[in-house]
Amino acid sequence: MIEISTLTKVFGSGQEAMTALDNVSVTIAENEFFTLLGPSGCGKTTLLRMIAGFELPDTGEIRLDGQPVTHLPPHHRPINTVFQNYALFPHMNVAQNVGFGLEMLGRDRKEIDATVARTLELVRLDHLAGRRIDQLSGGQQQRVALARALAPAPKVLLLDEPLSALDFKLRKEMQSELKRLQLETGITFVFVTHDQEEALTMSDRIAVMSAGKILQIGRPMDIYDRPAARFVADFIGDINFIEGTVTDGGTVATGSGDLAVTAPLPASGTTVTLAIRPEHVMPGAEGPNSLAGTLAERVYFGSGTVLEVDLGATRISCRTGDAPFAEGAPLSVTLPPERLQVLQD
Amino acid sequence: MADATETRKTPRAKAFDLRRQPGFAAAAWACIIFLYAPIVVLIVFSFNDNRSVVRWTEFSLRWYTEAFANEGIQKATWMSLKVAFVATALATTFATMAALATTRVARFRGQGIVFAIINQPLMIPEIVTAVATLSFFSLIKQATGWQGVGFLMLAHTVFCIPFAFLPIRARLQDMTITLEQAAADLYATPWAAFRRVTLPLMAPGILAGATLAFVVSLDDVIITLMIAGPGETTLPIYILGQIRRGITPEINAVSTLLLGLSLLLVSLTFLLGRKRSRA
Ligand SMILES: Nc1ncnc2c1ncn2[C@@H]1O[C@H](COP(=O)(O)OP(=O)(O)O)[C@@H](O)[C@H]1O
Ligand SMILES: [Mg+2]
Repeated sequence: MIEISTLTKVFGSGQEAMTALDNVSVTIAENEFFTLLGPSGCGKTTLLRMIAGFELPDTGEIRLDGQPVTHLPPHHRPINTVFQNYALFPHMNVAQNVGFGLEMLGRDRKEIDATVARTLELVRLDHLAGRRIDQLSGGQQQRVALARALAPAPKVLLLDEPLSALDFKLRKEMQSELKRLQLETGITFVFVTHDQEEALTMSDRIAVMSAGKILQIGRPMDIYDRPAARFVADFIGDINFIEGTVTDGGTVATGSGDLAVTAPLPASGTTVTLAIRPEHVMPGAEGPNSLAGTLAERVYFGSGTVLEVDLGATRISCRTGDAPFAEGAPLSVTLPPERLQVLQD
Repeated sequence: MADATETRKTPRAKAFDLRRQPGFAAAAWACIIFLYAPIVVLIVFSFNDNRSVVRWTEFSLRWYTEAFANEGIQKATWMSLKVAFVATALATTFATMAALATTRVARFRGQGIVFAIINQPLMIPEIVTAVATLSFFSLIKQATGWQGVGFLMLAHTVFCIPFAFLPIRARLQDMTITLEQAAADLYATPWAAFRRVTLPLMAPGILAGATLAFVVSLDDVIITLMIAGPGETTLPIYILGQIRRGITPEINAVSTLLLGLSLLLVSLTFLLGRKRSRA
């Protein structure tokens, strides 16, 4: 569907040169909910603007359904965008905004009216068709922006952090709403966010970006359970890192004891980083891969408790349901071998 | 919002209020009186049924009737309007293009210099511009033999451009370029995006710029005095000529009408602009 190959973009020159995209390649499939995830400034918007046609790459190519579109101006691409600040036309009402794309495509009045009505229904705004834009709440404006981009039935819908301006509850609501719209319309969504939770709950696949590079592409579960790099593991969810060295016996020697891992290990003597999610650390259990420590801190957060366990050389956090442990008391933790990720970097 | 409330609550942060300073009221009233008292006097005596402009006798529209019947005033008014219309149309067109070129593109080197060049007539003393234009036009006239009111219109166009430019540019700067990008994203060609999005949104700025240009042109004396050839007497020049022979209530009447026209234009622009920016 969208094939992006070796895109590079440098803004500025000389001392002020800033590599916004560094050799980015990715293929996005038809009907996919694809998310670009990364911290602010990592190049997500730049990549999206390139797909839309507002930015030209220095090198590389973008193909849509096999056709090169890299140098096609925005108005010739069957791609629509939901802008971060909505960018609704303030001098048009809701229906006029939503019908704008169809009008520009030269559709006749009857078809425009019918499509606008249907699209407004889809985003549940049919009762506000005649409203002025400044008479709408933020959430309603968001839906108008969505309807406006959906109405011309584009092949691809680009969304640049569309939910970041909404409050928590509305954001949750819109997340499922977007997912529903994507399933109902069958349009490919390319969604940009810096919110890892949003990415995990909504996406079919995620590309994690950092400093203009794509570090990993995969399904949410792959990204969460098998992060390819330390940055990815750290950026997505909470995680513990334990430094160690591979031993002759096929274990990893750490400052707090030897650990067995099921994942393949590099050659003996290599330094590696082990990573494990707090919810996979088992408190109080004895057995293989169990390390002795002291409970340093307990933090209750409603649906569970986080235990900070001091292992001498390092500290490990552990998420658990109930925690009948006292702060300052000895507490051992078990790190199941199959849950330990091996990262090299 | 939160900040403002905070400041109000903190007792220490009692904001400095100019309006409470001693002498403020007196100074304010003095300003208002010096600004408006002459205008009020002008208007009042234009309705005076007497040749004197210092002694009131009784109300009359006599001077208005005479002013309307005066052929010199008629011709001067017609000339003023003609020049102002042409200068406004040209200046507003150029100013719109200049404003688009300085706000609707990526920042370019020398943008500041371009801005300074466009606003130059605001910064150079008008008398200098007038003398310069006069000698420049004389040169052209001598070389080509061309004559006519076109020269006056051209001179007015030039000094009207910055007045038209400033409100248009201000309006464009307030408009995020994302709107035009959204239009392009929705299949609008560059021309369609301009006509359907940029132009309607910048219209209040254009209107304000045009009004300003019109009023400035209508009002100009110095440059007109230098450039205007025989038979190209505009209203201000006519008034100036009459006043040399003493103030008459007829001049008061004409001035009052001129004031009324300016006020009408400015209020119209203000009202329309408010309506457009809400829409
Ligand atoms: N037009 C531009 N001119 C110069 N630098 C830019 C421009 N657009 C983006 N950048 C820079 O490129 C980098 C990536 O920006 P962006 O794609 O907006 O990141 P993100 O959307 O992930 O926050 C940033 O460092 C940003 O400052
Ligand atoms: Mg961004």
